[in-house]
Amino acid sequence: MTHATVAGAHRHAPPQGFLRKHVFSLDHKVIGKQYLDLALVAVCTGMILSWLMRFHLAWPETPIPGLAKLSPNGAAGGVITPEYYLSLMTMHGTIMVFFVLTTAPFAGFGNYFLPIQVGAEDMAFPRINMMSFWVTLVAFLVLISAFVVGDGPPLSGWTAYAPLSAVGKDAGPGQGVGQTLWAVSITLFCVAQLLGALNFVTTTLDLRTKGMSLARMPYSTWAWFITSVIGLIAFAVLMPACILLILDRVAGTSFFIPAGLVISDRLQPHAGGSPLLWQHLFWFFGHPEVYIAILPGFGIISHILPVFARKPLLGPRVMIACLVAIAFLSYTVWGHHMFLSGMNPFSATLFSVPTLVITIPATIVTLLWIGTIYGARLRFTTPALFCLGFVSVFVSGGISGFFLAQPSIDTYLHGTYFVVGHFHFVMGVAAMFGIFAATYFWAPKMFGRMMNETLGKWHFWLTFIGVYCVFMPMHYLGLAGNVRRYSAFTDDYLKPLIPLHRFITVAALFTGAAQLIFLFNLIRSRFRGPQAPDNPWEATSLEWSTTSPPPFDNFGGRPPVVERGPNEYGIGSGARGVDYGMQAAAARVSAR
Amino acid sequence: MRWWLPLKASTFTGPIDGLFLAILIITGIAFVLVEVGLLWFVVKYRQRPGRKAFYTHGSTRAEVIWTVIPAVTMVALGLISNHYWVEIKGRNSIPPNAYPIGIHAKQFEWQVTYPGPDGKLGTSDDFTVRNQLHVPVGRPIVVALSSEDVIHSFYVPQFRVRQDAVPGMDIKAWFQATVPGTYELGCSQLCGLGHYRMRAQVFVQTQEDYDAWMKQAAQEASS
Repeated sequence: MTHATVAGAHRHAPPQGFLRKHVFSLDHKVIGKQYLDLALVAVCTGMILSWLMRFHLAWPETPIPGLAKLSPNGAAGGVITPEYYLSLMTMHGTIMVFFVLTTAPFAGFGNYFLPIQVGAEDMAFPRINMMSFWVTLVAFLVLISAFVVGDGPPLSGWTAYAPLSAVGKDAGPGQGVGQTLWAVSITLFCVAQLLGALNFVTTTLDLRTKGMSLARMPYSTWAWFITSVIGLIAFAVLMPACILLILDRVAGTSFFIPAGLVISDRLQPHAGGSPLLWQHLFWFFGHPEVYIAILPGFGIISHILPVFARKPLLGPRVMIACLVAIAFLSYTVWGHHMFLSGMNPFSATLFSVPTLVITIPATIVTLLWIGTIYGARLRFTTPALFCLGFVSVFVSGGISGFFLAQPSIDTYLHGTYFVVGHFHFVMGVAAMFGIFAATYFWAPKMFGRMMNETLGKWHFWLTFIGVYCVFMPMHYLGLAGNVRRYSAFTDDYLKPLIPLHRFITVAALFTGAAQLIFLFNLIRSRFRGPQAPDNPWEATSLEWSTTSPPPFDNFGGRPPVVERGPNEYGIGSGARGVDYGMQAAAARVSAR
Repeated sequence: MRWWLPLKASTFTGPIDGLFLAILIITGIAFVLVEVGLLWFVVKYRQRPGRKAFYTHGSTRAEVIWTVIPAVTMVALGLISNHYWVEIKGRNSIPPNAYPIGIHAKQFEWQVTYPGPDGKLGTSDDFTVRNQLHVPVGRPIVVALSSEDVIHSFYVPQFRVRQDAVPGMDIKAWFQATVPGTYELGCSQLCGLGHYRMRAQVFVQTQEDYDAWMKQAAQEASS
């Protein structure tokens, strides 16, 4: 059944004044943009950290100009110390996974477009929505403050394995105040995402406009909806786990710390905890988190690809079924991160089987995208290129997952650069390509201005070639036995690999520089780009039935009536050049 | 330098490298088919004047085929792989005659405890050496792993062996070296600022060389 929006039930007057309009706004569109801006700041920070790490790995003795001023402790004379390297790595991972890959594709684009795509005027709970963003911002500031407070940022990795993360400053620099700030930041982040996910679920179920049955929802809406259900369960586990970690650190409890540990020659006053408990709790969140990062990308690609293929997505119901299957299975595979952790070897078999099974819906999804291109009339716009790039990198990254899913091969490859290459491709780069596709696709709607296509294409090709140069060689490094999270390569068997590390570093710097094209294009188009029409891509979903950008209540007070699914491309005789059917046939709404 | 998997120096290298190669071939073919197919479609079905896109919601037959093939392949691989996993890590797979060595990991060193001349751990003739792991070739070795402080991981690439050492847990890992030589034991679980230099040398020796070393080391330890 569908729910018509009750007129006026969620209406609030357009705000007056700069602060209420652009800063402390209840409007889901403003909040969505705020999330995206936060993600942009975060991704720049995370990328600069990765440049420092890469530079250090390639030229460990060469001072980095200016770094000594920024971090007198971590990089005296501009040369990164081993502990500062680990801090950079920890912050890079944490910022990227939480504040980029979760906030941009899910919280950012989801906030902006989910309500519009279901024909609602706003989220179900605008105040909770606003709170969700501001708590996320506080979480980010708390995390970043670790750079300037105490002995610097934590060094236990984004996975924060106990007891290294739990015993306090005896475990090393940054493990004092820095690690506590980390745990507080992640706790806050979980709160924010729970609030956001609650809003997404309620909005999807309750605020769909007339005619918008579940089966007619665009794939992006489906993906955000499913992702928020995953998030509700995953963040609800990570949050208490982080609280327990904080208690271990500041209140003398011993959830994750066993008896008799001697660290820095000091007997730790703890007893009775289990380090593996943290790993179970963390990965029970951590594996679904991979899908929180990538499922919105699945939805975005499934939404955008048909627009430029001028052809319906292949197997629409199969696609939805696969997304649901992935969501369900994502809760059964967390132990594949722990094959060698000392847990009962028998359980490795149990975790390996669903890990292999989850590749089946992922494979089907990929083949559906490729099948969608079959017989298409492909328009090579920048968003289309990023969709195709997404499919390519997802396949490349997914294939290395087949190796890691086998516990016996994981015995060798676990904890090496093979894993680093794998998850950067499949989770990082693929999700980033989804974000880029979404940005080029929706920027006209969000800002009312088109982005520059020529710059977009340069950005695509340089990035596409760049990421392959960065992450493909990492698989070879892993095969050669190069363990990850080393700040220097001192062994006879690792030293010969340094030239390859240099190649990766150069490629990473170039690929990073290519992002400046994107940044320039984004900022310039936001203010100077040509005016965007309401439906520049000839797409069907509801966001293209309203103005660019949409009015405060999205549809000018006239909720759209949905008459068909989002998949009507390549229909009709082509007379007048129209080969698609809008979801809402109603006349164009006018801005107020 | 080697551009592929490191030297094969234990009995586990056969199954692990073999399975690796099998998956590499299967996924390699799939990878080429998919990426080339993607490229081919992209070129063939680009927008050209006068050609319309197909309007289709898909074919059930094609979908069943491409679901069943990966499903069967994956399950088959899982079953084959599991047999190897049980051999490598199963708690009952450690050979009863395995030679015991204790390894205690701490920030940032490996304390290797040898059973002494009586061949048994936990007796008075045991002795401990820092960062040197001597093992006889061609004989199953069982390592009793423990940790002083945080989680470390025992990793010898040439043996294809890896096992976390977790504080508060006693974990056993076994292997059998096949090629005499000197290798490196590295820590592969982030353990703190010295993680990258937490190293030990591994000496795989013939039984005679090992016995000679053992005799001398035991004497040094007791004196």
